[in-house]
Amino acid sequence: MSHRTALFALATALLPAQTIDFVRDVQPILRTRCTGCHGGAQQMSGLRLDGRDAVIKGGYSGPAVKPGDAAQSLLIHRVTAANGLSIMPPAGPALTTAQVETLRLWIGQGASGPSAPVLETAAPRSNHWAFQPVTKPALPKVSNEAWIRTPVDRFILARLEKERIAPSGEADRARLLRRASLDLTGLPPTPAEIRDFLADTSAEAYPRAVERLLSSPHFGERWARPWLDRARYADSDGYEKDWMRPHAWRYRQWVIDAFNRDMPFDRFTVEQIAGDLLPNATNEQRVATGFHRQTLTNREGGISNKQFQFEAAIDRTSTVSATWLGLTAGCAQCHDHKFDPITQKDFYALFAFFDPMEESDIDAPMPGEMGPYLRKRDEYQSRRQALLAEYKVMDLMPEWERRMQEARDTPGKWTDWDLAWDCLLKLTDGGDGEKIIAIAPARRTPRQQDILIDHFVKNYHFAVGQKRYGEVKFKELDQKLLQLRQTYPQLSQAMAVEDGPARATHLRVRGDYRSPGIEVAAATPAFLPAARAAGARANRLDLANWIASPRNPLTARVAVNWIWAEIFGRGLVRTAEDFGTRGDAPTHPELLDHLAARFVEEGWSVKSAIRTIVLSNTYRQSSSARPDLNTMDPGNTLLARQSRLRLPAELIRDSALRAAGLLSPQVGGKSFYPPQPAGLSDLQYGKNWGIAWPESQGSERYRRGLYIHFQRSTPYPMLMNFDAPKGNVALCRRERSNNALQALNLLNDPAFGEAAEALAYQALLEAGTFEARLDAALWRVLGRPASKREAAKFQAFLATQRAVFEADGEAAKTIAPAALDGVPRSEIAAWVTLASVLLNLDEFITRE
Amino acid sequence: MSPRTFLEVQARRSFLRDSMAGIGTAALAHLFGVEGRTAETAADPLAPRRPHFPARVKNVIFLFMEGAPSQMDLFDPKPALRKWHGQPLPPSMTKDLKLAFIKPTATVLGSPFQFVPRGKSGVELSELLPGLGSIADDICLIRSMHSEAFNHHPGQLFLFTGSMLGGRPSMGSWVTYGLGSESRNLPGFVALASGSGTSAGSDNWSSGFLPATYAGTVFRSTGDPILYLSNPKGISRQSQRNRLDLLKQLNEEHMEQTGDLEIASRIHSYELAYRMQMSAPELTDFSKESEATKAAYGLNDEGSRAFGTNCLLARRMVERGVRYVMLMHGSWDHHSGIEAGLKRTTAATDKPVTSLMRDLKERGLLDSTLVVWSGEFGRTPMSELRRPDDPNNIGRDHHPNGFSMWMAGGGIKPGQVIGRTDELGLNIVEDRITVHDLQATILHLLGLEHTKLTYRFMGRDFRLTDVHGSVVRKILA
Repeated sequence: MSHRTALFALATALLPAQTIDFVRDVQPILRTRCTGCHGGAQQMSGLRLDGRDAVIKGGYSGPAVKPGDAAQSLLIHRVTAANGLSIMPPAGPALTTAQVETLRLWIGQGASGPSAPVLETAAPRSNHWAFQPVTKPALPKVSNEAWIRTPVDRFILARLEKERIAPSGEADRARLLRRASLDLTGLPPTPAEIRDFLADTSAEAYPRAVERLLSSPHFGERWARPWLDRARYADSDGYEKDWMRPHAWRYRQWVIDAFNRDMPFDRFTVEQIAGDLLPNATNEQRVATGFHRQTLTNREGGISNKQFQFEAAIDRTSTVSATWLGLTAGCAQCHDHKFDPITQKDFYALFAFFDPMEESDIDAPMPGEMGPYLRKRDEYQSRRQALLAEYKVMDLMPEWERRMQEARDTPGKWTDWDLAWDCLLKLTDGGDGEKIIAIAPARRTPRQQDILIDHFVKNYHFAVGQKRYGEVKFKELDQKLLQLRQTYPQLSQAMAVEDGPARATHLRVRGDYRSPGIEVAAATPAFLPAARAAGARANRLDLANWIASPRNPLTARVAVNWIWAEIFGRGLVRTAEDFGTRGDAPTHPELLDHLAARFVEEGWSVKSAIRTIVLSNTYRQSSSARPDLNTMDPGNTLLARQSRLRLPAELIRDSALRAAGLLSPQVGGKSFYPPQPAGLSDLQYGKNWGIAWPESQGSERYRRGLYIHFQRSTPYPMLMNFDAPKGNVALCRRERSNNALQALNLLNDPAFGEAAEALAYQALLEAGTFEARLDAALWRVLGRPASKREAAKFQAFLATQRAVFEADGEAAKTIAPAALDGVPRSEIAAWVTLASVLLNLDEFITRE
Repeated sequence: MSPRTFLEVQARRSFLRDSMAGIGTAALAHLFGVEGRTAETAADPLAPRRPHFPARVKNVIFLFMEGAPSQMDLFDPKPALRKWHGQPLPPSMTKDLKLAFIKPTATVLGSPFQFVPRGKSGVELSELLPGLGSIADDICLIRSMHSEAFNHHPGQLFLFTGSMLGGRPSMGSWVTYGLGSESRNLPGFVALASGSGTSAGSDNWSSGFLPATYAGTVFRSTGDPILYLSNPKGISRQSQRNRLDLLKQLNEEHMEQTGDLEIASRIHSYELAYRMQMSAPELTDFSKESEATKAAYGLNDEGSRAFGTNCLLARRMVERGVRYVMLMHGSWDHHSGIEAGLKRTTAATDKPVTSLMRDLKERGLLDSTLVVWSGEFGRTPMSELRRPDDPNNIGRDHHPNGFSMWMAGGGIKPGQVIGRTDELGLNIVEDRITVHDLQATILHLLGLEHTKLTYRFMGRDFRLTDVHGSVVRKILA
């Protein structure tokens, strides 16, 4: 007797053979054990068990009961923990054997019961602050009217007065300029800029400086970087061999340009989320959708493309949600969360906007590229065709295509062609090999045909083996094709997206791509104002417009909070990524709303929002700690002073290069490869596939940190040591850690050694006396002269170091390779070590 | 309290104490852990912290065998495969398999290697592992491991971060975040690589969303053992000390002016960096190790030197209080040429691993150290033949269900075999242990409750074991 029949016999022994009545027998079980989570008040996993029809309808996983077939009913699977499912109810004892048997019998008998329409739950209303419309609060009254420079100050001061805390005095002027320069352009001011500023004693000096910094081309670089953190920007795929993405920079360029041109934030939003869907979308608008292309790609052999396409769409949903809405929907991928208004169904309704999206690589010419390209295009193509003919490519390719399609249709028949097919799925550059090969050659676009030919030439060996590959000399041909491409003008490429055919999107039970649940339509979360669909069904552009709408209570608040956090080191809502019920409440809710309302009124201008903040007295305060605040406001949330903030990784390097006079002023362009220690890329698996670090030469090496090629599997170490993001998931708040590897990095990394050397020579060339030279160096590094006490310490240090290098001439020559007229080598070397100390100072790597 | 707030509060407390003493060298020494756990009050994020409950071990040596070693050629004998050798399996047996490269119709490959009963327990191990056989009674062999991933990068991420997607902290980072570091002069979490490099690259020792402080420090085999450890060319030890002394004076002065306690923490970082500069060369200097020891670790043999060096370093690190040492050796990814490949990889690793185990035991370190040997998953009973015209080049594909690994050391019940796979090694039939279970068990041995070791990131409390995992009691002594 099987286990189940035994139970059945037991149950029939317990219960006289009878018809199970839903109301009398089933409902009491459901009511005592299930409806707490699956009833009128709450519907975990979209499931209600408070009525017969509701039970049949089921939840996210589909019908809970299949009338007449208990063995196929999910309800029975769950209460018996069958099929590897965790048991329901999750708390307390399991249902008794008799209870389970009652359910089984009821289902077996047809699951009948009084029919009652399933109550649709009204859209949940949330009274959570962040989901309420933005209002423009009245400006608060303050006693000390004289302190007010911008409306920001009213809100800050009103709160301080309430707590009986006095704000701090203004930072000294040089420090204020250094602060504003770092915050707006990410670069310390030059000594000349400081001197000009100090010389201008008018009240307008500071606002003028702010205007100069806002219009600097370095502004876009500084503000692009935190945006790229959110976009999880990188120059490589991420997984395994971690193939490079030579065109990723084109999206970064777009972001920098957008900030420099002060593109209104609503447009900035729409173009990145759905630029491809705008009517007559321009190239630039398509480039903007590169935001979605920063997800990781796995090209490992045999990997399931479906799984990683699913994971990418999930990541796009979470990233858009966290970046623009401050909603971290992570939990909802797998289940409803008791305390969050965003349900699993809400999450997949958002996911449905991204589900039909497909990756698309496009020509994205930079200004000036198109003319030369068009002039030479025919010549290039004819030379390319000649090469292809010389190596008989078009003679071999049809047979290769035929056998590839055979491998696709009869997997397992030819193991070598199986591998070749898998490589077509994973390794095709610039397009989707699987799609292209399915198109008849005559109907392919020239671009598609070129992509397939290039793949064929590069990867033919997977199908036919290295011996045959050697005979046809395709490796040589591949090199020649590459050289040819490099000889002729080409168009910059960009990674963009487009919508594929509409498809049915399913919720995934427990977030597992292999477990489709109910079908969901694209929709915005029910607890927020509804989106308007322009067409029959809402698409990604509708979502983008909804996010960028002034009616959306989150977007403007999240954006101004981000700006605030960049400037003060901490958002008015500390959890910048989480405006939901589990995030922190705002420290100054009225100020946040004031800034948000004003942001929209001022045409979503990021520069205006920044201006309002940095012109405030709040911003201009000294950052020195105050003993009285240590107990009253240790976290400085009330802002009775400014904060000292360790600079982000890139800016530490930029500042050192700028102080040394080495920094390349080039704004934008491709990524570059600064020198890095030998052996670093040995740790990287891709080295076996020729992925290398082609060290940049000349002034390229001194470009700003945000242009450093970011290889996800082996990032440039300095960036990692100083908490730059790893580019795997969106990051809304960087850590500012403090550790020994940072110290080793600044003390011993040859890149910083080079900066110290250049700085010392600059100081020695600029002035003749010790005092003047010291000041020259300090102005460059710290934006101030040395104090008397400091000067004495430096002088003593120089004397010691001079003696060290007098005793060791070789060391002196190593440290100071170039001679200077009238300055002994030991003196130069001593200055180089002094300069290196300056570049290690806490004050130098901190925005004060 | 969030970790950040915690640090802020702690920093303030220590500042009040130290501002009375003035931050001199003595105060710094006091601040940073000479008196062990009381250093919890310091502003040092790596100060040792109490575990959730008494720990069985203090240190972990994770021997990561990258690329997925073949369990049926090393740990899990399957004589039945010889019977099926050269034939495909019936579709009913292969329908649920997740395969990377081969198709379900691939033919079976019987192991070319003999298995020998070893130790008192009589556990059968491959002839390729004579060394491990000689210490069979010291290890707990698991033959029923299960991973969700069947490709390398996701598999390695899953093993070390509990998720197949990038961006989460590695196990060593979680451990140092939870327990801090006992070493005053060396990093708490060290990664050592030999062989061909790992396909997950730095993700394997990444701190993910935890602060960079908890990232694994790579000890390199060429150049500086730690990146930027050596003074720049032309900077003598004296010059370095002079630089640091001036730096400290200036930083202290600036701290007085600004009152910012982060500067105290910065000063401490530079002092730790200097101590690291002084200690790391001593650590990597094997001149005081006997010739017999070096030979035992396989340092005299070209094939095993790289991994043997890392094993000896691992022992020396554990002696010096390094919390979590991760050794990576690749590659065991034998899609083709498995017979020769396994001979090579076992020759490179068996002897050093055996000597490491013996050495730890003789020095009394094995009781306080957990040694783990594992790949990211296992290999198929069926063969893979990439070039049908070269049948000698046969190999095996990826198989995440029923792979083998072993653990040894403090808190482990040795001399036992846990779990069983079916006669072909396709599925687990007894004691299925998931990767999350393994992670929960490792944390448990360190005194950490895996459900309580959490970090809030992007609005969610994350943990190493995601929302899964239970401690495997059978493994424990």
